[in-house]
Amino acid sequence: MTQFFQQVINGLSIGSVYALMAVGYSLVYSIMNFSNFAHGGVIMLGAYFGFFSLTLLHLPFFAAFLLASFGTTILAIIVERIAYKPLRERKAPFLYFIISAMGASILLENIVIATIGPTFRTYPPVFERTPISIGPLAIGRLDLLMFAISAACLTALILFIEKTKMGKAIQAAAYNIKACALMGINTDKVILIVFGLGGFLAGVAGVFFGMKYTVYPQIGNITTKSFIAAVFGGLGSLPGAVLGSVILGTLETFVAGYLSSQYRDLIAFVILIGVLIIRPSGIMGKNTEDKA
Amino acid sequence: MMDWTYIQGILMLAGINLISVLGLSLLTGFTGLFSFGHAGFMAIGAYIGALMTVSPSTTPAGLGLPFFVGIIAGGAAAGIVSYFIGRITLNLKGDYFCIATLGFGEAIRLILNNVQIFGGSRGWPGVPYKSTLPVIILVDVIAVLFLANLIKSRHGRNMIAVREEELAAQISGIDVFKYKMIALIISAVYAGVAGVFFGHYMTFIQPKMFSMTKSTELTIIVIFGGLGSISGSVLGAVLLTALPEILRAFEIWRLVFYGAAVILIMISRPKGLMGGMELTPSGIRKARLERKARLDARAEARRLNGLEDGSAEEGRGA
Repeated sequence: MTQFFQQVINGLSIGSVYALMAVGYSLVYSIMNFSNFAHGGVIMLGAYFGFFSLTLLHLPFFAAFLLASFGTTILAIIVERIAYKPLRERKAPFLYFIISAMGASILLENIVIATIGPTFRTYPPVFERTPISIGPLAIGRLDLLMFAISAACLTALILFIEKTKMGKAIQAAAYNIKACALMGINTDKVILIVFGLGGFLAGVAGVFFGMKYTVYPQIGNITTKSFIAAVFGGLGSLPGAVLGSVILGTLETFVAGYLSSQYRDLIAFVILIGVLIIRPSGIMGKNTEDKA
Repeated sequence: MMDWTYIQGILMLAGINLISVLGLSLLTGFTGLFSFGHAGFMAIGAYIGALMTVSPSTTPAGLGLPFFVGIIAGGAAAGIVSYFIGRITLNLKGDYFCIATLGFGEAIRLILNNVQIFGGSRGWPGVPYKSTLPVIILVDVIAVLFLANLIKSRHGRNMIAVREEELAAQISGIDVFKYKMIALIISAVYAGVAGVFFGHYMTFIQPKMFSMTKSTELTIIVIFGGLGSISGSVLGAVLLTALPEILRAFEIWRLVFYGAAVILIMISRPKGLMGGMELTPSGIRKARLERKARLDARAEARRLNGLEDGSAEEGRGA
């Protein structure tokens, strides 16, 4: 029983980081109806920004954290301006967006390989390795922080979207971006904000991911799993992305804990195929019939 | 440095890529379905093909059959798997079909990682070296001819109709699901055959070779060559296989250029090299006539509206 709760805690902590990434995919999908595969590259650079702020600039942890997140915010916006804006203006079909995103993802990954190098890097120890014990359970300090900050970021995001005027504009754009533009909403600005928000969360996720595991140029491939979480929850739905991520994270730790860690990566794709067969719109997604 | 063996190697890789690109061209360029999982079909072809030809003395599972049996078995296996994939995914719209194929491709790779008789993630050495340039060229020619005739046939035109406007095609009595399925199966068979050749060229296969990056590469070649053009796919496969080799002098920067080139093509020339055009005498004639008509129309518009008007711009956008 103790092991069960331990796995739940581990699953929640990794699931919350997946959620930060998945929300970025979902936000962009809700407005622009395409899967932004360059997001993985942005997350990867977030991990590097955090790493170098800590090792080269010797910043305190939270300063490094903020610097990395602002870095990825700007990066995500730059990617949007270069790779997607010309397509948007031409009203290109979504397939071109996906290919352009793939190009951006190859570009980001290989710029890092060419300049920083393909080696694995380990974050300097920021927190004590000794876990906090609650009864028989042991909770890592990093896991606790990951969960707390992810939850805070996601709450702030949902508040922003529900309560502010800009958030209302994002909701409107997700509903119908053409009508939105006709009502005098600056859709270009909405898209900019959406990419900025996604980028900020990508930075947070990247730093955590780097701290929990290691930093290397192919992290972007692992973020595919958070994309699957977004599909699982329903592309375009934020609560869905969070729910999908938490379920995926927990399932993964359970499979790794009880079956074999070899099957941990497979479970994500099994879920993906299962979801697409049974309910392509995911747990909380919009009806896929409209997405022709 | 540029000796014949080296050039031959590049040509063989280009030829192998071309087989799978042609299949993907039918699916993407002519039927309008995007796939990010074709490396999975290549993997099936490569592993089943190797299973047929590897001699039982090196791997217990091997059957030691001739190469052509391997080619047929590899292609057929990929085709059969694609039928079941198609049954469950072809009803999905747009993005979701892409995502499903992506998930399928990665799942194949991860399953192969765990199949110990094929060496798991460590890979499977000892596949006989059977792929030769003449055979590859022969298969390429057959593949091109088959595809060109298919496109010209009633079935090919139905596929194009599905690409252009699915709903209208359906209303006109075209069985959309059936034609999507045919395109998927043919493209999977092509990918499977390419996988067999790939395995018997490398003499070593590993699940890592058939990752999403490989699928993306194939899709990028199709787009680069131009959607809906067979000659574009041929040009694209040869150029984009050779390009990394030419850029080899730049070593680590070549993939940076590659990524940048993909974005650049998407934002500047989305039609690709040959979008919708063919490098055949009649294709060139048609393209020249269209160009002339377009220029004439633009000149006419300019004459009618005066020079300050923006209508010449509209002609360019069309």
